[in-house]
Amino acid sequence: MTAAGAPADPGPRLRGRRPGDAASSFFHRRRRLTLWLLLAPPLVWFGVVFVGALLALVWQSAYTFNDFAMQVTPDLTLANYRALLGDTNRDIVLRTVAMASAVTVACGVIGFPIAYYMARYTRGASRGLFHVGVMLPMWASYIVKAYAWTMILSRGGIVYWVVDRIGLRGALDGLLTLPYVGGSSLSTSNLGRFLVFTYAWLPFMILPMAAAIERVPVRMLEASADLGARPWQTFRAVLLPLAFPGAVAGSIFTFSLTLGDYIIPQLVGPPGLYIGTMVNLQQGSVGNLPMAAAFTAVPIAIISIYLALARRLGAFDAL
Amino acid sequence: MGVAVELHEVSCQFGAVRAVDGVSLAIADGEFFALLGPSGSGKTTCLRLIGGFEAPTGGRIFLHGEDATDRPPYEREVNTVFQDYALFPHLSVLDNVAYGLRMKGMARAARRREAQGALDQVALGGLGDRHPGQLSGGQRQRVALARALVNRPRVLLLDEPLGALDLKLREQMQLELKGLHRRLGITFIYVTHDQGEALSMSDRVAVFNGGRVEQVDRPGELYARPRTAFVAGFVGAANVLTGEVARRIAGADHPVSIRPERIAFGAAADGELGVAGRVVDVQFHGATSRFEIDAGGVRFVVALANRDADPGRPGPGDAVELRWSRDAMVELGGDAP
Repeated sequence: MTAAGAPADPGPRLRGRRPGDAASSFFHRRRRLTLWLLLAPPLVWFGVVFVGALLALVWQSAYTFNDFAMQVTPDLTLANYRALLGDTNRDIVLRTVAMASAVTVACGVIGFPIAYYMARYTRGASRGLFHVGVMLPMWASYIVKAYAWTMILSRGGIVYWVVDRIGLRGALDGLLTLPYVGGSSLSTSNLGRFLVFTYAWLPFMILPMAAAIERVPVRMLEASADLGARPWQTFRAVLLPLAFPGAVAGSIFTFSLTLGDYIIPQLVGPPGLYIGTMVNLQQGSVGNLPMAAAFTAVPIAIISIYLALARRLGAFDAL
Repeated sequence: MGVAVELHEVSCQFGAVRAVDGVSLAIADGEFFALLGPSGSGKTTCLRLIGGFEAPTGGRIFLHGEDATDRPPYEREVNTVFQDYALFPHLSVLDNVAYGLRMKGMARAARRREAQGALDQVALGGLGDRHPGQLSGGQRQRVALARALVNRPRVLLLDEPLGALDLKLREQMQLELKGLHRRLGITFIYVTHDQGEALSMSDRVAVFNGGRVEQVDRPGELYARPRTAFVAGFVGAANVLTGEVARRIAGADHPVSIRPERIAFGAAADGELGVAGRVVDVQFHGATSRFEIDAGGVRFVVALANRDADPGRPGPGDAVELRWSRDAMVELGGDAP
């Protein structure tokens, strides 16, 4: 160390260095500090806005709501969760989960071939075209699309027109008399609601699936064929297991989006509340935030169970 | 002895590129046959044609006398050891090995027993429960081998199987592969760009260049009597003299090749040929030393065995005379490089 005041000679090798260099040396020698400095802002955001808010939500689902005063008091109770098990609320949960399951399966069945084609057979411009084609509907306003579907599926809409033209009106009317599925018209039936949900969430299934299929090396499929597997055997024993994490990722999107949606159930399909509409109702109209929070905990629990099951089935073994 | 694999005028074109261009080969049953060539020479495409992963754009492929040109891979009695092994990451080692038997519908207990036997054969008997990701490169290579052999193929295709291993392991695996080939008595078709590997392991070698086969021969013949300048240069080192230089120095109308170890220092005796030059560089290679010599604009390489004491060896800058006998020169056909 030299005396204060007189600038120290930094030595021949360090002479001519700019002032910023000292800072880069400082950070270069303290990698961990640098890492934390860079990570701190996103971590704070993630911790407070994501995890913190979620914990607060779960915490408030145990608050007490006074029906007479219409007021929330922070007295902890399990009454909201007990209410979830009541007949009406249980029906809401079951109705929503059944729809979410059906939509997820449909998205998987429709999405897989499209994803497979995108991942394996498109290159350059055609791949870009497919990705834009899949994502384009997501760029348009979702409420506009939901309203458009009510027109499409209503009596006098294009679907009825086409069905009339090809002479299948009888079959459609017969279909709509079925319990659970049917309704007075397509746009007020569960079938119609199912179609709209499937349409709306399909891109969320295709994109992760395509990404997963793309990551399966062609060599794996060749090795399978080399070992005597016919194409469908290769599909079942190699491609499907290796692409399964993508399907699980996609199904989490389609499942949880259906569980949480409150627009489509209001616009298309028969009356009857969904988890999303119930949350909207409890929070917006009734002001029973704890009950809304308790309803929100249902999808969290369901998805957790679903992930645990998928893990047990070996969905993530190849990761 | 029958013919295991026959290629008849086979071509394979990718867009504007002729990867394989009119190749004809007949590989005998039980032979250890190497496809040797630089990258892009068509040797791997040739192997993939035999395996059924590529379709030829011309010619026919016969497996054991039957036309297999249009048969898919899963209907061919050949199995492949892939360069990157292509083990299934979601299956255990044992299930990887049992995969082919499972596809054929063998019962679970039986196929597990067979797979265990195949794993024992490659000395990995205790690792059946692991997943491929938990194995070293050498172990993965053995699993890939066991996975192919458990199906008892009549022809085993190996696509640069040792390319990813380090030198020591590679030499060990070369010995094991040769031992395996002797024990099993099936046909091995072995793709490599390593001429040492091809020469030391194979019964016969096909040298590929630009999608064509330059020469098919036993290793000794290939080395002693290369037929083209490419083979002379690719299989071992060679001094290839062409055109006017060949006429002036060797008195030959054709291109000729002289192996570096067939040239000595000193004045040419009667019946010998010689040239004067200057040493440019000397490289030590353990058993031998290589001398780079400039003889009036023509580069020569001379290899001398290193013995305990070799007094009077020339060093860089020294003027030297080279001499070689007439029978050290091999006449080459084809285009000189």
